[in-house]
Amino acid sequence: MSILVDRSTRVVVQGITGREGAFHAARCKEYGTIIVGGVTPGKGGTTHEGFPVWNTVAEAVASEGANCALIFVPPAAAADAIMEAAAAAVPLVVCITEGIPVGDLVKAKHFLAGTSSRLIGANCPGVITPEQAKIGIMPGHIHRAGPVGVVSRSGTLTYEVVGQLTGRSIGQSTCVGIGGDPVNGTSFVDVLRLFNDDPETRAIMMIGEIGGTAEEEAAAFVKAKVKKPIVAFICGQTAPPGRRMGHAGAIIAGGKGTAAEKMKALEDAGATLVRSPADMGATMAKVIGR
Amino acid sequence: MKIHEYQAKALLREFGVPVPRGEVATTPADAKAAAARLGGRVVVKAQVHAGGRGKAGGIKVADDAEGAERAARQILGMRLKSPQTPPGGIEVRSVLVEEASAVARELYLSITLDRARATHVVMASEAGGMDIEEVAARTPDKIIRQWAHPALGIQDFQARRLAYGLGLAGAQFKQAVALIRGLFALYLARDASLAEVNPLVVTKEGRVLALDAKLNFDDNALWRHPAIVALRDVNEEDPLDVEASKYNLNYIKLDGNVGCMVNGAGLAMATMDIVKLAGGEPANFLDVGGGASPEQIENAFRILSSDPSVKAVFINVFGGILRCDRLAAGVIAAIRNLGLRLPVVVRMEGTNVELGRQMLAESGLALTNAADMGDGAKKAVALARG
Ligand SMILES: Nc1ncnc2c1ncn2[C@@H]1O[C@H](COP(=O)(O)OP(=O)(O)OP(=O)(O)O)[C@@H](O)[C@H]1O
Ligand SMILES: [Mg+2]
Repeated sequence: MSILVDRSTRVVVQGITGREGAFHAARCKEYGTIIVGGVTPGKGGTTHEGFPVWNTVAEAVASEGANCALIFVPPAAAADAIMEAAAAAVPLVVCITEGIPVGDLVKAKHFLAGTSSRLIGANCPGVITPEQAKIGIMPGHIHRAGPVGVVSRSGTLTYEVVGQLTGRSIGQSTCVGIGGDPVNGTSFVDVLRLFNDDPETRAIMMIGEIGGTAEEEAAAFVKAKVKKPIVAFICGQTAPPGRRMGHAGAIIAGGKGTAAEKMKALEDAGATLVRSPADMGATMAKVIGR
Repeated sequence: MKIHEYQAKALLREFGVPVPRGEVATTPADAKAAAARLGGRVVVKAQVHAGGRGKAGGIKVADDAEGAERAARQILGMRLKSPQTPPGGIEVRSVLVEEASAVARELYLSITLDRARATHVVMASEAGGMDIEEVAARTPDKIIRQWAHPALGIQDFQARRLAYGLGLAGAQFKQAVALIRGLFALYLARDASLAEVNPLVVTKEGRVLALDAKLNFDDNALWRHPAIVALRDVNEEDPLDVEASKYNLNYIKLDGNVGCMVNGAGLAMATMDIVKLAGGEPANFLDVGGGASPEQIENAFRILSSDPSVKAVFINVFGGILRCDRLAAGVIAAIRNLGLRLPVVVRMEGTNVELGRQMLAESGLALTNAADMGDGAKKAVALARG
């Protein structure tokens, strides 16, 4: 088992006729993911590099039973693409696009709250269940199937930890990039809950970063609910305290959001904290007795 | 993106938020003329992209035009240092000369994103003025909050709650409700990330107006606001940051001597962490992004090595979309074209890594290879020490 995606997931790629969309649709297919085709308004009925193209997501759902949307639409139209997928009742929407206005994401997230769709991202590497389905832009070959669930706010730092795990022959159940934007569809808590309930995930690797309070919320959830071992790293421990913008940021954060705060909250909740990003894999190995 | 107070006040006026009459000036003579036109007592205010100016000596009251000229002479050209400026301060190039208000009460009002609730929040406090952060830290219950509906925004009843919370009644209450609605409309319409009025004042004559105005904008939304982009003042930014932004590179200059070039913000921050753990100091944060071309890599290299304090460069790349062969091509071109003599440590992994390594080996350049990021950090720190 795994979470969110597996070998039966049927993916429609929104923005498939763009450079990034076409390139990554092909890479995902090579990995073994079922890519049913893509959507680009105005290009319906054509094929692009071997993939059928529809005008709307609803058509892809009706004709191919797509149950996952992978979005490469440019930032100006990305929030609209997310809402279109949700309106077509696609259960899982993975948005890779970076640079979406935060005001658009606030609206899209609200739109989704009234539907059965889950959004991963935006501004994320996607989701991979190794040896089953790669739905995103991560390099597939560094992954292997196994017991560790990985959840992270960062893209390349996720590849780094996966590389360290695989290098020690520790495989992954599923790796989820929740994205680096201030507003995202799926939180650490959401993914931790899924990993906690997944019998094949035996331990969890969590990569957080400074800013916001998502890691503090995750810590509270870990303390209350999670029985599995958790190894955590928070990047930005040495980032200079950002030049403050006005007073509102400081007032709203209320002293939270620093690496030290996040690490303490997670440690108090029972997670094993890693100080150096070079030791993420080794620490997990120790924790699961490899 | 940040703008100056005088620019922010013009936007406030456009959205019906009352502000004092004022003019911007870049010389003491202009300041004098502006004060004469305004008449009476004026306030001369340093225009820099940072708050905390009052406490830093950047704001002076003058009784007449001559006084305004003297105040402008003191403020223009000074390096203003506050907790919100870089350590070296910011040079003041212009001042806002505005009519002095007879202040009865100083209040606080701001709008920003509440990440945890995924919507915008309006915050207000009776304890406005220059010590609002202490108020927030010591007595957080003195801050009233109203969260906007993600699609419908702030409703009138919420603006009323805020105005009542500020202890306002009668004509001032009505003015404050209209002002809150105007500020929120501006925040949404222009994709602001922060709209802050500190202080929001009630004058002795009973007017409610914004004495200070700070607006920041969401960089991701600037494409739909050319009029806001036109307000950018690059004098307020670090020249290397400005240069980097031309090539879509995310660069922030820091104080150390190990130049870092990394793909992805998270890995870039982790690289700074590990350089510090290895006993060194990073000279910069630099994220070349996912789809960097060899040209972008070359520009990144040029920018980070033009910082004279850099003594060694640490390249840490985990190729995903950024393929290692493209990275290698960019690094080789940069070192050759720039005639770079700095020691360079390369750690790369991921997509097309074999090809990338082969290209670097065959280039004949004296590069130091690293087995992993820990090894790379140690080597770069040692080389930077010389
Ligand atoms: N037009 C004005 N008339 C009268 N007093 C003023 C005027 N403008 C500013 N002041 C006074 O100067 C103080 C500081 O000014 P202002 O808030 O504009 O700058 P600041 O110190 O940079 O603000 P902050 O501390 O919010 O960053 C105000 O709190 C107010 O008391
Ligand atoms: Mg102020």
